[in-house]
Amino acid sequence: MNLRKYLKVYKKFLHTSLASELEYKTNILVDLITAILSLIGSIFLLSIFFQNNGYIGGWTFEQALIIQGIYTILNGITNTWFNPNLTEIVKHIREGTLDFVLIKPIDSQFFISLKKINPSGFLEIILGFFLLFFCIRINQINLNLSFLTQSLITISCSICILYSLWFFISTTTIWFVKTWNAIEVLRSFLYIGRFPLNSFSFSLRIFFSIFIPIAFITTIPSEVFLGLSQLWKILLEVIVTSVFLITSRKFWLFALKSYSSASS
Amino acid sequence: MISNLINRKIFTLLKVQYSNMLEYRVEIALWAISGIIPFFMLNIWTNNNLNESINISDVMLSRYFLCAFFVRQFSVVWVVFSFEEDSLMGKVSPYLIQPLNPFLRYFAQHLAEQITRFPFALIIAFFFFIFNTESIWIPNLGLLLLSIVSTFLSFLIQFLIQSIVACLCFWTEKASSIERLLFIPTLFLSGLLAPVVSFPAYVKSWIYLTPFPYLIDFPANLLSGNETNISGGLSMQILWIFILFPLFMKIWSEGTKKYTAMGS
Repeated sequence: MNLRKYLKVYKKFLHTSLASELEYKTNILVDLITAILSLIGSIFLLSIFFQNNGYIGGWTFEQALIIQGIYTILNGITNTWFNPNLTEIVKHIREGTLDFVLIKPIDSQFFISLKKINPSGFLEIILGFFLLFFCIRINQINLNLSFLTQSLITISCSICILYSLWFFISTTTIWFVKTWNAIEVLRSFLYIGRFPLNSFSFSLRIFFSIFIPIAFITTIPSEVFLGLSQLWKILLEVIVTSVFLITSRKFWLFALKSYSSASS
Repeated sequence: MISNLINRKIFTLLKVQYSNMLEYRVEIALWAISGIIPFFMLNIWTNNNLNESINISDVMLSRYFLCAFFVRQFSVVWVVFSFEEDSLMGKVSPYLIQPLNPFLRYFAQHLAEQITRFPFALIIAFFFFIFNTESIWIPNLGLLLLSIVSTFLSFLIQFLIQSIVACLCFWTEKASSIERLLFIPTLFLSGLLAPVVSFPAYVKSWIYLTPFPYLIDFPANLLSGNETNISGGLSMQILWIFILFPLFMKIWSEGTKKYTAMGS
């Protein structure tokens, strides 16, 4: 019953935000070109790294492309859902419109996380999938059921971790009001997700496994693609994901307690 | 008399914008942190010994990336985003009736922000040297002055390009998506992520004709003491400014003729 209500509400969200975004048609076209150029640029950068070396951190060029594909998909998801919605929190709090969200008979986290959608991110997702299929062919990966379930689990875990990170930083807006730049910092750290974690020095690897779990976001799913991942790593990722999701939820509820409406 | 007036205007603008920027020092600190991608790239380069193939020692490469970080810090431009917001909100109309080109206001804003940012960039550099003590060096005074000049020229080029894009706001509502498109080649070709010398020959053959390598690669090479064609680089920077400035003036005068205030 409840689920059906949320589905219905989400359908309405989709409809309204798509309608308003499609008003800017040339804008979407420009964004499409941007996404394509951005992918070409990343592959170009990767090819510079590999032009005189066969391996980077134990990964060949073809294998590193898998990471690139997964990163592109995740970046597309970020641009489609996380970025437009969670930057909106800043606006809600600055302008005091969060009040209107809170008094609605619907979960506030659901509302602010899914209200908007940016269709130009779709192309990035599609591009990422194309790159992944290409990688599956050139790396001769066997498509069987266990591989599919493993990759599905790890990629959805990555999406959840990514969401929690974004949501976590956006939540801090309740105290700090302006957090655009904190989001920029997160973005620049996530940039590392384009490269195999093993290509970094030991200290950075530790940093990116513990503080900002980039290791979990792109590296473990790519290892699944190569059949390198052990079961404990996947289990660990599931555990980390649930910790992240639960903490970000708790943190939001905690933050709401300190929220005092504008000018109060 | 006239020059005195201009001096006073610019001085007042700078003073106002500087105090304005000081209010947002935490934000600017975060912004400075979000520029640390060159250090991650350095980590990949040295950790995988990629620099051996391009004949740059570890120390020189780390100096290069540190300088790339500095040049980027002092050539970040966001005028299109400010102008887009102001023009959508209708704030451009009052600016237009003032005896001052609105872009001078943005220009002062950028300079003031750079002054505010300077101490944070120094702190980051300090931490960089703690981790890489062997790469400490003192650039000779002449080169230091030249690189400051060329960083400023790089900032001017980017400011002019973005101002031209910003003027497109007179015709379309979302000019910032064009800027995001232009940012992609800037990111990958300017030398922020990999020095231009490491690029494959088929790119090197034409890249020096574009403005990109003069944005970060050239000033960073100059400052870090890596080999570079000083007179050639500076003259190309000046040449690009001479090409872009009339273009900006043209599009500005066309745009203001086209401009009608909201509700007219």
